[in-house]
Amino acid sequence: MDAPVPFRAPLSLHVPEPPQRPGSEIDFSTLAVPPAGTARRPDTDCPAADMTDLAYDLVRVLDDQGHAVGPWDPALSPDMLMRGLRSMMTVRAYDERMQRAQRQGKTSFYMKCTGEEAIAVAQGMAVDRADMLFPTYRQQGLLIARDWPLVDMMCQVYSNAGDRLKGRQMPVFYSSKEAGFFSISGNLGTQYSQAVGWAMASAIKGDSRIAAAWIGEGATAEGDFHHALTFASVYRAPVILNLVNNHWAISSFHGIAGGERTTFAARGLGYGIPSLRVDGNDFLAVFAATRWAAARARANLGPTLIELFTYRAAAHSTSDDPAKYRPENAGAHWPLGDPIDRLRQHLIALGVWSEARREDLAREVAEAVQAAGKEAEALGTLDKGPFQSARTMFEDVYKTMPWHLERQRQQAGV
Amino acid sequence: MATMTMVQALNAAMDVMLTRSGDVVVLGEDVGYFGGVFRCTDGLQRKHGRSRVFDTPITEAGIMGIAVGMAAYGLRPVAEMQFADYIYPACDQLISEAARLRYRSGGEFTAPVTVRAPYGGGIFGGQTHSQSPEAIFTHVAGLKTVIPSTPYDAKGLLISAIEDDDPVMFFEPKRLYNGPFEGYHDRPVVPWAKHPASEVPDGHYAIPLGKAATVRSGTAVTILAYGTMVHVALAAARDAQVDAEVLDLRTLVPVDIETIEASVRKTGRCVIVHEATRTGGFGAELSALVQEHCFHHLEAPIERVTGWDTPYPHAFEWEYFPGPARIAEALRRVMEE
Repeated sequence: MDAPVPFRAPLSLHVPEPPQRPGSEIDFSTLAVPPAGTARRPDTDCPAADMTDLAYDLVRVLDDQGHAVGPWDPALSPDMLMRGLRSMMTVRAYDERMQRAQRQGKTSFYMKCTGEEAIAVAQGMAVDRADMLFPTYRQQGLLIARDWPLVDMMCQVYSNAGDRLKGRQMPVFYSSKEAGFFSISGNLGTQYSQAVGWAMASAIKGDSRIAAAWIGEGATAEGDFHHALTFASVYRAPVILNLVNNHWAISSFHGIAGGERTTFAARGLGYGIPSLRVDGNDFLAVFAATRWAAARARANLGPTLIELFTYRAAAHSTSDDPAKYRPENAGAHWPLGDPIDRLRQHLIALGVWSEARREDLAREVAEAVQAAGKEAEALGTLDKGPFQSARTMFEDVYKTMPWHLERQRQQAGV
Repeated sequence: MATMTMVQALNAAMDVMLTRSGDVVVLGEDVGYFGGVFRCTDGLQRKHGRSRVFDTPITEAGIMGIAVGMAAYGLRPVAEMQFADYIYPACDQLISEAARLRYRSGGEFTAPVTVRAPYGGGIFGGQTHSQSPEAIFTHVAGLKTVIPSTPYDAKGLLISAIEDDDPVMFFEPKRLYNGPFEGYHDRPVVPWAKHPASEVPDGHYAIPLGKAATVRSGTAVTILAYGTMVHVALAAARDAQVDAEVLDLRTLVPVDIETIEASVRKTGRCVIVHEATRTGGFGAELSALVQEHCFHHLEAPIERVTGWDTPYPHAFEWEYFPGPARIAEALRRVMEE
């Protein structure tokens, strides 16, 4: 005789859903934002197990009045702060111009980093110029913080005759060995384990350079993220593993990537990697956390995971319309503010800022971007050319062109 | 000069390159202290140190990502995939990253990684230890693919692969690790020591990539083979008493079209042999190339002798394996035309 089947409540599948969708008011009131200056700053040799709280806390330095408070204040000179502000403003002006250029049909695609400028700029300034960076497509600020020529970046976006990448890559997939900026991939996450490999190579050779990598919270679900953390932990690789949590992976909110149950910084704890969660819109906090991680790496103490808590204020790309999946203008309500406004407020609080200075800087930045734009467009745009010779299409597949490519080049008539 | 198995020859190649260049590193699962499950890296960690020859976690995708980063730094990593069957998780890093890095960075970043992988059947490895996935990689622009068939070639080709500035897939026919194999599974195993190509020079020598070897000259038909199938093809020609010209391609990409073309123009007939499954296999590419380059010299349809389009079976290994009898049949068919 069959055993009686006991009653079981029916199962149901949980599919995470963001708290608001288009049509409703954006509401960040449930977001826990600890006051600035309250997160502790452990010594750089602190084991991961003794600082697990920092993977759930939020390192913040700039308070609501623009004062730098607490143990993470990096005490930067006014010169450094001005450099940071100028770079962030340049990134924003550059983004605006290139977005416009795309709308004008001068290129196929563009991606802004609005609201996230502090991350790439502060981190670019906090590491050494010789350190190697493995970015995603939203860290154009790294190149700008390293004073890489805007014209060169624009030529890449236009795939024009001046494009060092010879029109092979989609816009914004920059690459510059000289700038220590690794070639960006569209296959998300691949750069993460590559950065760890680069860092391991540096350690094998007894070099003193370190690597830094970036990934979005959405792509932490990719295997490469976990391979990178495994290798970084196992071999104590001198690498800074940055994780930009801007809350949106195209149209999927962070909950789809696993953000409902825990923080993304907490991912590092399972690997024994010291992990920090940092206000990504706070230039000083980002700078300080990065310096702390860099000091660990340089002292052979191994990797650090930094979750940069921020918000993607703009669309994912020019091919995206966020009004289709989240309340309009959501970024303007982000409780952690705008990174440029916050640093400017800090300069005012320090008394090193004036209205005249504001106007001068805004004009300088606008003029620099405009001049670069004209220079780049003189070298061509995607809609009108000129481009590099089509013959270059067959080059660099291999170091030396093999017979079959030579033959195909002849067939192509280029 | 020493008599070596293919395992020893591969070991010697890595030893030579680790000694010559501080940029060469060897990494993979079990390759360090233990010396590899097939012993190819035996003693290398002891001699060259833990930071040059080391064990990795079990993640082929991770190994490949790490190797690409190391290569971008300027090292020349030799990454072992424990079996070619395990390589698929690494494909994104191989196909989207290593293969395209030079191209997409305008030549500024490169990935001179050598990926070693024991491959092919004949050892009762079933479907996860017997596969021949070379055609997946010959399809990828930016990768080179190399497959040796003797200890002498294995050392010279592996040295060339490590010295090459592009990523190289280096598939090692594991049935040949410890002796040549004619495909007669019921006959005693023959050691390499009795084969002339087991004589391996000491120190550094390189066999250029992209060059086939004519392992048997003949006039009746050209057999295109690589890896284990070179030995099986030689046995088939002998048993069928056909004066075949047997070419060991050694490198599949870039393939040595000149040698293939000259041979087929001379013989007018062509049989292509590989262990891998047939549809979309590298034999299809070879067949198309022969047709494009030698059509007016062909006196018979091109024949392919390959593994069947099934997963690699365990109990039916010898029904699957394209042994000498199947090749001999194909030889007879093309000779009858």
